[in-house]
Amino acid sequence: MSLGSYCFRKSLWVFHFGGASCNNCDIEILDCLTSRYDIERFGMQLVGTIRHADVLLVSGSINRKCRARLLKVYNQAPKPILVVAFGACGCTGGIFAEGNVFGGPVDTIIPVDAYIPGCPPKPEAILAGIVKLLNK
Amino acid sequence: MIKDLFYFLIFPGMIFSVLMGGILSWSDRKITARVQFRKGPPFLQPFYDIGKLFYKETILPEHGARLTFLAAPVFALFSATLANVFILLPSIFPGSGFKGDLIVVFYLLTIPSLSYIIGSLASGNPLASLGASREIKLIMSYELTFILALACIVIKSGMSLSISDIIAAQQEGGAFIGSVSGVLLFIVILFVIQAKLALVPFDMSEAETEIAHGVFIEYSGSAYAIIKMARYIMLFTLPSLMMTLLMGGFSLSGFGILWSILKLVVILLLITLIRNTNPRLRLDQAMRFFFIWMNLIAVIAIGLSIIKL
Repeated sequence: MSLGSYCFRKSLWVFHFGGASCNNCDIEILDCLTSRYDIERFGMQLVGTIRHADVLLVSGSINRKCRARLLKVYNQAPKPILVVAFGACGCTGGIFAEGNVFGGPVDTIIPVDAYIPGCPPKPEAILAGIVKLLNK
Repeated sequence: MIKDLFYFLIFPGMIFSVLMGGILSWSDRKITARVQFRKGPPFLQPFYDIGKLFYKETILPEHGARLTFLAAPVFALFSATLANVFILLPSIFPGSGFKGDLIVVFYLLTIPSLSYIIGSLASGNPLASLGASREIKLIMSYELTFILALACIVIKSGMSLSISDIIAAQQEGGAFIGSVSGVLLFIVILFVIQAKLALVPFDMSEAETEIAHGVFIEYSGSAYAIIKMARYIMLFTLPSLMMTLLMGGFSLSGFGILWSILKLVVILLLITLIRNTNPRLRLDQAMRFFFIWMNLIAVIAIGLSIIKL
């Protein structure tokens, strides 16, 4: 493993793309940053712009309007980038999968590296997903 | 020539100051984590960040001045390093430096902020130009305070403009912080450092929740790594400037090293605690803070130092 990819695994900066989310996943993501779970131990940070991001975290169901935006955000990211589909809506579409405006689960739009299912996923599930991502 | 290159590139220049700045940045994040009852990042985290950013792709703006966009971080890094060398050399080799290097350091410390502004305006992003305009207003508000504080230090050291003379004056008559005007200056320069480093009460130029990192929004990969290095160097340079001007400078002999580290850590602790216990100010609040209150304190300190208090 090269020095670059070692450093990459040690400092993942997360950009959070909220689709048509019900905000429950967003709150669970904030739980991970707080003192009980603290993902900064692994060098992870939430960043505000996709240009600094190493992980694109997609939560919420992707509707038809979001689809083009998600693809645009993915194309704006500096490579290499990891994509995480977050929550039941991100992974499969959840209860919105048969809806009229549903635009497809995340992996039909962009390549996905890790799935974290749950509605919403517990912080422990998020940490397990992170560990899988780091060992990838 | 080779000696000068060694000073600039290795010690006390680029490599040493990036290492020190990285360690200070780690302690800043660790203290923040402990304040929030978290565990905090591992020790090498700042260096992992830089390594990772060099590994990533650098994206150039499509509708922007690409050369300016890439040159601005380099200017920031070099001027921060040069300021660091000019500040540290008189402490390491007493009597080195030249007449008026205090003014050179003052200008060199402004160049990083200016080059962030130029780089962000060159990126052609509307949020970046918003951040740049905020940064310009912030510079306008704190530079007057900073130069008043430096003028007060010049008066206290018997009208000398060279950093080595200021250190010598403190070694003869005791550190400047031991007087009333010195304490006032300490407060003023602490807030100026906070604004120059764009830490939380004064981070409106890169407010990540409102304008998504503002001036740095378009930077990615190696260009952002160079900006990070420049910011680490500034995090080391500004406290060491404060130590040099008010606390008698560094000393590299025996227990002097421990004493220098203690001074550095105390300044960093104060900066971090201010950062963690304050919300982000609005721009007009920050300008009022510097224009009225900090300038008032600096002028009072000048008055007190003229009557030798």
